[in-house]
Amino acid sequence: MSIPRIQFLAVGALAILFMLAGMANASVEKSKAAAKAPAVAAATDKKPAKESKSTADHSKFKELDKNFKTGPDVTKACLECHTEAAKQVHKTKHWNWEWVNPQTKQKLGKKNVINNFCTSVESNQTFCSACHVGYGWSDDSFDFAKEENVDCIVCHDTTGKYKKIPGLSGHPNYKSMEWPPHSGRFRPAVDLKKIAQNVGKTSRQTCGSCHFFGGGGNAVKHGDLDTSLINPGHALDVHMETNGLNMTCGDCHLSDSHEVSGSRYAPTASDDKGALIRGSQDERNPTTCVACHGNEPHVTEAKLNHHTDKIACQTCHIPAYARGNLHTKMTWDWSTAGKLDEKGHRIRTKGSEGRDLYDSKKGHFTYERYVIPEYVWFNGNVRFTLFGEKVDTDKVKINEFLGSADDPDARIWPVKVFRGKQPYDVGNETLAVFHTAGKDDAAFWGNYDWDKALAAGMKAMDVEYSGNMKFVETEMSWPITHMVAPKEDALTCAQCHKENGRLHAIQDIYMPGRNNTPIIDKMGWTLALLALIGVLIHGLIRIVTSKRG
Amino acid sequence: MERIYIFKRFERFWHWSQAALILFLMLTGFEIHGTYVFFGYEDAASYHTTAAWTLVGLWVFAVFWTITTGEWKQYIPTMDKVDAMLKYYLTGIFTDAPHPFKQTRVTKHNPLQRLAYLFVLVIINPIIWTTGWFYLFYNSWSSWGVGWLSLEWVAFFHVIAAFLMLIFVIAHVYLTTAGATPLAHIKAMITGWEETH
Ligand code: HEM
Repeated sequence: MSIPRIQFLAVGALAILFMLAGMANASVEKSKAAAKAPAVAAATDKKPAKESKSTADHSKFKELDKNFKTGPDVTKACLECHTEAAKQVHKTKHWNWEWVNPQTKQKLGKKNVINNFCTSVESNQTFCSACHVGYGWSDDSFDFAKEENVDCIVCHDTTGKYKKIPGLSGHPNYKSMEWPPHSGRFRPAVDLKKIAQNVGKTSRQTCGSCHFFGGGGNAVKHGDLDTSLINPGHALDVHMETNGLNMTCGDCHLSDSHEVSGSRYAPTASDDKGALIRGSQDERNPTTCVACHGNEPHVTEAKLNHHTDKIACQTCHIPAYARGNLHTKMTWDWSTAGKLDEKGHRIRTKGSEGRDLYDSKKGHFTYERYVIPEYVWFNGNVRFTLFGEKVDTDKVKINEFLGSADDPDARIWPVKVFRGKQPYDVGNETLAVFHTAGKDDAAFWGNYDWDKALAAGMKAMDVEYSGNMKFVETEMSWPITHMVAPKEDALTCAQCHKENGRLHAIQDIYMPGRNNTPIIDKMGWTLALLALIGVLIHGLIRIVTSKRG
Repeated sequence: MERIYIFKRFERFWHWSQAALILFLMLTGFEIHGTYVFFGYEDAASYHTTAAWTLVGLWVFAVFWTITTGEWKQYIPTMDKVDAMLKYYLTGIFTDAPHPFKQTRVTKHNPLQRLAYLFVLVIINPIIWTTGWFYLFYNSWSSWGVGWLSLEWVAFFHVIAAFLMLIFVIAHVYLTTAGATPLAHIKAMITGWEETH
């Protein structure tokens, strides 16, 4: 018989096949191990900067042993030693509030973008510049080249006693003043000498003094940034946890020559090149999860690593935002602003948590906490609807995160979508700029007159207000990336792999557990049922006929 | 009663472990599919993968055994007596007519069985295998040069094969009762000894 030879050949072929499969698998494992190594190294050299290890004690410098009158005086003293600091700051977004996206060529930055919170900076600088790293920006005549206009202290204060007051064009109060206005409470004059003698590294407080208060109040804007992060527990933020890693903003947002990395104008939506090793010359953004954790951070569940090519870390590891017990603002309806009581006074109604629900100055708000994000594909490109752009719908996307399933650079990202209604200039067909705050007659917060406020705002943009306005619905997306939760709190598989799960809005991918081909399911179950009925009837007839027989 | 030794020890082991694995794969597979929640998606997916790999291992042995023992000839299809078998299941079985097929050690499957098992062997299994492997190595597709594949289609065929398997299992389990006595076939697969008609 010739069969044994065939058997032999077949067995041989099979053996070779399995060896090949095994080798392929082994090489996959090896490359995985290689990619993992730097991540492990990065994880072990965690040394939270708890106390200053500086070689200089600023309280011993006679240059700082002075009764400074103003902020710029302090800056001049700083620059005596730190001769290049102001020049460096002058190049940054923190200073210029302007940034041109090299891809879209759109001119962005706080100075240019219209948002759907306080909407725009132009004509309101005296107030907005309370969060500018400078002194004296009250209108377009501000000198961006002057070195002593840089505010060193706002980032380098360690006393917590330095506060720039809205309305003072970026200055703190040099004299005692009532704050908040009409509160009957007084802020003592800022002690510049003490503050200057105690400067140090940036901290969660200093960064937070602006970034936690975006949109006009604590927790209002981002949803993942608020004062709960000054002293967070483990459940709120595994990186910043005070009794844990105690990391500062700057530990991730590494800076170089005062240029701070990480940007929401051009976020890094994906990075598949693994952890960044010190000394590495590639210019990747160090402010990403991948920069420390690499692309295959999951040790026990390898399948999870297979998700990193489609899903941003944040999607699973930040299951909700505003988890610090503070409410973040979710909607802002300017269209109802300006209503006054019978006596012509401003109305303010507060919700049970002490949050404004209505304010004559601003309109209606809603707030939420422990908010489940919305999810979008995002490849790092953000397109803004800028001032002057013709807008012909009543639903305007202030910004749009671009990307789709078949874009290799796109990942599914969690976002806070902030929705609002805001003024639109009908004649000019553009989102409108209006004059909000100021002591003059046109400011909306003084006069509650839209036409005056719009005329002044548009004029500051060098456009004549058409005299015809309406309110349009707007949407703005904010990437959720802070407040990383402990791994036990990360999303579970089933939160997405089911019908109407977390990713129900992402429809351009097939996900087992969620998607199926309905016709196949219908046919499959029908045929299986028919088969079952068939054999049951057959069996029944057999039983009946055998009894009879 | 006549008895013949039909199923050797490895064959019986193979059969029952394969049966358990396939039932388990169906149970976990349809959970992954979203049909019901039993283990929870995460566990279902990880059990399914483990069971699939175990089945792979079992199959390596089974294929080796089938080839080296020459048992593969049991699956050579024949149309001879297929009509007689069909007629028997449709009428004869009710009237206690004689079974048209005489089981022996060299031909242990009746012609319908041969066809059915061959169908499992050359249609259902290959589909489930190839699609299952692609499913498992979803992340390697582009490095394998098959980045154009879509998960939707891979899953589509995997699910079709899963349904075919389910239907096969229903028919198969029922027909085990069609032996000389209702439990004769089952006993044979446990002890190896079949009571013949
Ligand atoms: C009798 C055998 C099997 C049955 C009945 C079965 C059934 C199923 C079903 C119904 C699904 C859900 C598909 C979907 O909804 O997209 C599934 C998923 C899957 N099957 Fe199978 N399958 C079997 C064997 C296998 C084998 C042999 C492999 C691998 C070699 C395999 C690998 C997979 C994988 C990787 C998934 C996706 C699991 C995940 O979510 O990661 N299956 N199976």
